[in-house]
Amino acid sequence: MSILVNKDTKVIVQGFTGKEGTFHSQQCIDYGTKIVGGVTPGKGGQTHLGRPVFNTVKEAVDATGATVSLIFVPPAFTADAVMEAADAGIDLAVIITEGAPVKDMMYAKMYGTKKGMKTIGPNCPGIITAEECKIGIMPGFIFKKGPVGLISKSGTLTYEASNQVVKEGLGITTAVGIGGDPIIGLSYKQLLPLFEADPETEAIVMIGEIGGTLEIEAAEFIKQNITKPVVAFIAGQTAPKGKRMGHAGAIISGGQGTAQEKMEALRNAGVHVVESPADIGKTVAQVLGK
Amino acid sequence: MNIHEYQAKEIFREYGVPVPRGEVAFSGPEAKEIAQKLGGDLWVVKAQIHAGGRGKAGGVKLARSPEEVEKIAEEMLGMTLVTHQTGPEGKKVEKVYIEEGADIQKEYYLGMVLDRSSEMPVMMASTEGGMEIEEVAAKNPEKIIKVAIDPTIGFQGFHGRKLAFSLGLSKEEIRPFIQFAEALYKVYMDKDANLIEINPLIKTGDGKFLALDAKMGFDDNALFRHPDIHEMRDLSEEDPVEHEAEKYGLSYVNLDGNVGCMVNGAGLAMATMDIIKHEGGEPANFLDVGGGASAQTVAKGFELILQDENVKSIFVNIFGGIVRCDRIANGILQATKEVEVNVPVVVRLDGTNANEAAEILKNANIPNIIPATDLADGAKKAVAAAKGEL
Repeated sequence: MSILVNKDTKVIVQGFTGKEGTFHSQQCIDYGTKIVGGVTPGKGGQTHLGRPVFNTVKEAVDATGATVSLIFVPPAFTADAVMEAADAGIDLAVIITEGAPVKDMMYAKMYGTKKGMKTIGPNCPGIITAEECKIGIMPGFIFKKGPVGLISKSGTLTYEASNQVVKEGLGITTAVGIGGDPIIGLSYKQLLPLFEADPETEAIVMIGEIGGTLEIEAAEFIKQNITKPVVAFIAGQTAPKGKRMGHAGAIISGGQGTAQEKMEALRNAGVHVVESPADIGKTVAQVLGK
Repeated sequence: MNIHEYQAKEIFREYGVPVPRGEVAFSGPEAKEIAQKLGGDLWVVKAQIHAGGRGKAGGVKLARSPEEVEKIAEEMLGMTLVTHQTGPEGKKVEKVYIEEGADIQKEYYLGMVLDRSSEMPVMMASTEGGMEIEEVAAKNPEKIIKVAIDPTIGFQGFHGRKLAFSLGLSKEEIRPFIQFAEALYKVYMDKDANLIEINPLIKTGDGKFLALDAKMGFDDNALFRHPDIHEMRDLSEEDPVEHEAEKYGLSYVNLDGNVGCMVNGAGLAMATMDIIKHEGGEPANFLDVGGGASAQTVAKGFELILQDENVKSIFVNIFGGIVRCDRIANGILQATKEVEVNVPVVVRLDGTNANEAAEILKNANIPNIIPATDLADGAKKAVAAAKGEL
C-alpha cells in the first residue's frame, strides 16, 4: 500500500518534450512509472520517449486514461497548464516548476479545488511511492520500501531524511515534497490522514521550515486525529527575522512563523521533534522500536 | 522586491489612491525648488530608505519654509539612518521626498498581504495608526481588523463596510474610505504586490482619506510581467554580495557567525545552519547553490563566502541526487584551483556515487580539504575547524 500513487497509476507529462520534461520523464520511466504520454501544444501526433504526444490534456486523458499529470511547464504558463489539467478531469497535478507567480497559483489552486483536482507543489520534487512509482525529480534509488511516510517542504532535505531512514534499516511507503512557496497544494493536514489510513505506514516524518502557519495547523490536526507516531524537524531555527531563506515562503515576518513556535506546537501535540537534522533517522528507529 | 515610498506613491496616484502632493529630491537646492513649487507653509522632508521606523530615527522632519526644507534635506542626504528594521549598520540616505504638509485629524493603519491560511489577499485595518503595527499585533491583536478578499469576486462593498464600521467611521466617511480601499485592492492585484502598508492612513480636517506613508513589496516571480516595477529596483538598498549571488543563480544571505556554509537546496541549507549552531558553532551565511552544483557554481560559492572576513572554516554539504557526487567532488577540486581558499573546508557528499566521491577527495590529498562521513560529522568538524581545534 501507499498513498495517492502506486505502480498502476497512469501519468502524463505536461511540458513533455522540453529539456527538463524529457530528462525527468525518462528517469521516471526507468524507475517503472507508467508514463503513458505527454502534452506539448503544437506537437500532437508525434512520438517522444516512445510515448504519444498530444496537443491538449483532454486528448491525452481520453486516449490514455491518465489520472495524474506531471507539470514542467515554464513559470509564466504554469497556472494555465494546471487549470487545463483540472478542466480535463485529471485527479492529481504534480507541479515541479519553480518561480510561478503567487497570484497565478492562487487562481490555479482555486480552480483545481472547484474541479475536484488535487495539486502538489509548485516548486517541489514531486511524489514517490518507493520501488513503484516516481512522479517527480527526486533521485529514486534513495527511496527504499519500508514503513515510513514522509512529508516535506524541502527537496534535498527530503532526500537527506529518506537516506537516514534507510540507513537505519527502515524505508519509505510514500514521500511527498509539498514545496515551500506561499501557496501550495496538498499540505500536512491533507496528507497526514492518508498516511494514518495506510496500513503499511507505521510512522510519519514531517519536515517543515520557517514561514507561514502550516506546521502549526498540522500540530492541531495531529493532536486530534493522528495515532501513528510522528517525527518532525523544522528547518530555520537559526534564521534571522525578515530575511528570505531561498524559498519564497521561508521568511519570518512580523515575528510569525519561527521555527521555535512551530517546534513548540508540535511538541505539545505529542510529536517527536528533533533539534538536529542529523537525528531524523535515529529517532524514527527509536519510536518504531527498531 | 521592495520599492521606496515615493515610488509607491507614484503607483498609488496612477490608481486613484489619494496621496499628498510631493516629489523626490537628490540635493538641497532641488528640495527647495520642489517646496516652492508645491507652495503652502508646511512641508515634510522624508528620507527614502527601504525600512520602517524612520520617524523615530530622525528621517522624517517638518519644515516651515523652503529654506528650512533645503537645510533639512542637506542634513539628511548622506546620513546613515539606523531604525529597528535596518539592523545596527543602518542605511545611507541618498534621496529625500518633499511633501506638502497635511491637516491630520486622525491616523489609521491600512495594509494588505497574502494570507497563507485562507490563500487569499487580506486587507487589514486598525485605529492604531502611526504606531508600530507589529507591536499592536502583539499587544492588542483585537485592534487589527482583517478581511480576506476572494479574488474570484474581487473587492466588494461589504468588505469595505466591514472595515469602515470596525474603524468607527461616521456615515459620511464610509464612502470615501471604501473608494480608497477598493483602489488599493486594485493596485495590489494588478501589480502582483505581496505587501502594501499605509501607516498612517490619515483622515484630514475636511473628511478626506490620504496615504501619508506607503510601503510596497512585490512577488519576485511576477516581475517578468511588470517591467515598470522592475525598473524601480534600487540596488543601493540591497546587500551587494547577495545581489552578486543572485546573478549566478545562487541564493545567499549574510549572517554573523564564522562557519561558512555551501549547500544544495534551501531547506537543507537552513538545516545546515541549524546543525552548526546545534554543535556549538555560528553559521556565517545561508547559501543555496541550487540543484546543479557545478564546478562553476561551487567556485562562485567559495568566492562569496570568503568575501566575509569572519569566516574561519567552510562546510560544504551537498546531497547528490540527479547530479552525481563524483562530479561534484571534481567540481570542488576544480574550484579550489580557481579560487584561493585559505580556510579549512569540510566536505560532506552523500547520495549518488558518494563512495567514489570520497575516494576522489582522499586521493587529491589537499591539506585543507577535510572529508566528512555524514551531516553530524561534517558539522562537528566544521565547528572544530573554525575554533582552530582541528
